[in-house]
Amino acid sequence: MHYRRPGLDRLSHALLALCCLLFLLPVWLAFTASTHTLDALYSQTASLWFGEAGWGNYRHLLSGSFGGLGTDVLTLLINSTIMALGIAIGKIAISVLAAYAIVFFRFPFRRLCFWLIFITLMLPVEVRILPTFEVVADLGLLDSYAGLILPLIASATATFLMRQFFLTVPPELVEAARIDGAGPWRFLRDILLPLSKTNLAALFVIMFLYGWNQYLWPLLITNDADYLTIVVSLKRLLTSADGLVPWQNVTATAILAMLPPVAVILLMQRYFVKGLVDSEK
Amino acid sequence: MSAPFQRHRLTPWVLMAPQLGIVLVFFFWPALQAIEQAFYVEDAFGLSREFAGLANFKAVLSDPTYYQALGTTLVFSLAVALGAMSIALLLAVMADRVIRGARVYRTLLVWPYAVAPAVAGVLWLFLFDPTLGLISSLLGNMGIDWDHKLNGAQALALVIMASVWKQMSYNFVFFLAALQALPKSLLEAAAIDRAGPWRRFWTITFPLLSPTSFFLLVMNSVYAFFETFGTIDTVTSGGPGGATTTLVYKVYQDGFVGQDMGSSAAQSVLLMALVGGLTWFQFRYVERKVQY
Repeated sequence: MHYRRPGLDRLSHALLALCCLLFLLPVWLAFTASTHTLDALYSQTASLWFGEAGWGNYRHLLSGSFGGLGTDVLTLLINSTIMALGIAIGKIAISVLAAYAIVFFRFPFRRLCFWLIFITLMLPVEVRILPTFEVVADLGLLDSYAGLILPLIASATATFLMRQFFLTVPPELVEAARIDGAGPWRFLRDILLPLSKTNLAALFVIMFLYGWNQYLWPLLITNDADYLTIVVSLKRLLTSADGLVPWQNVTATAILAMLPPVAVILLMQRYFVKGLVDSEK
Repeated sequence: MSAPFQRHRLTPWVLMAPQLGIVLVFFFWPALQAIEQAFYVEDAFGLSREFAGLANFKAVLSDPTYYQALGTTLVFSLAVALGAMSIALLLAVMADRVIRGARVYRTLLVWPYAVAPAVAGVLWLFLFDPTLGLISSLLGNMGIDWDHKLNGAQALALVIMASVWKQMSYNFVFFLAALQALPKSLLEAAAIDRAGPWRRFWTITFPLLSPTSFFLLVMNSVYAFFETFGTIDTVTSGGPGGATTTLVYKVYQDGFVGQDMGSSAAQSVLLMALVGGLTWFQFRYVERKVQY
């Protein structure tokens, strides 16, 4: 019959496998390059296999400060982790509370609050960097974790998603909880949050990636190397005094910078896909 | 829904307070400041400023480099959106077709989404490094001289490739989910009527995917507009000769590097108006014309 065509299926498999490999290629090359010495790298075009430096570059990067960074890569990784976790957890916490208020309560100016929050969906931080920078400077938050985190949780994506989910909770459930004498906090803690577990996990993945991968904002407000994040450090590593890019360090740092977010997305793929596709509705 | 917790007057405000506070301090305050600053001219040291009316806007709008950045942004956004979407659609159609292994392919293709734009930029920069890059040396063997530090078109192409590589996975996830949700009976009926796979795709699958495609077009443009800042900054820093300077990059360059606060603020306001207008237009007109 016309519907299934084994030939086409085999062609699809072949093309898919090829594309998977092609997508992996840039990472593979960076990974092999990170195990070469600088001299070995500059004596040939990029090698497809590992070099003799082994884990030496990584050990060197993680333990001592180098290359005009003024800090070691371990500190950068810790800063990135604090920033990503702070953004993910902070954003989820304030959005769950706000969405809970908007869906389950009636209060004056409710619509106004709704719009004040949702208008932020339209303008990402990149559009208003300068004034935001000045506000953060006025508050004395430059070179601090609070300065890295707070301005980035001022957006409504998570609130919007939580609101969508709360709207699907059957009213009978709330009614039953109330008849049983549960107050608003009890209802939130014992019924609503356990129900939202999957959505919270999905949000966590998306927000963790968002926080980890931030570039412009941390670039602006960190001068002090102690608050630098690993993603931002890459550009400083690329510039070198003698004109030779220290590619063995740059590729090793790039690999370290992508490991945590890639691990999160692979381990929590189910939630991530659900969260992403649900956000469309 | 009727309000369940009506007797609690204070509780909703306690719940709203953290989000409202942060939005007011870190969103509305800066946004209003940007609008105010756009109407003032500041001296070079930031010591004094005077009201300038629309002078900042006039200066921006009569600056040829602003239009160059606008053009670059359009080319860049379109190329990234179309490139990432067409590759993703092709791969998703194939992954949907093979049934067995679709999830494995999704795992193998989804991870670039997690890679930071700046890291993606570095990976591609290494592939195209003029002295030791793999692809640049392959191109050299074919007689193409690759040097994105001098050649503006090559620099733009490099930034586009890195962005497509990262953004493809996002589109793939959506297209695969949409394809798997299509009503199978329609496709089977068409197959019984002897429509081949090519025809089935263009007359049934493709039109049914239009809501997803439209949504992705918007999301990809937003991504290309804003989130590629990291890619551009690590790979080209907007150069050579402004060939990869997008509107967002220009706001940063004029404001933070050039210290021209009034002009940067005016550009921010124009950008806000542009994005706001596009969002409005999209909801008002385009979304209705898409087939559901």
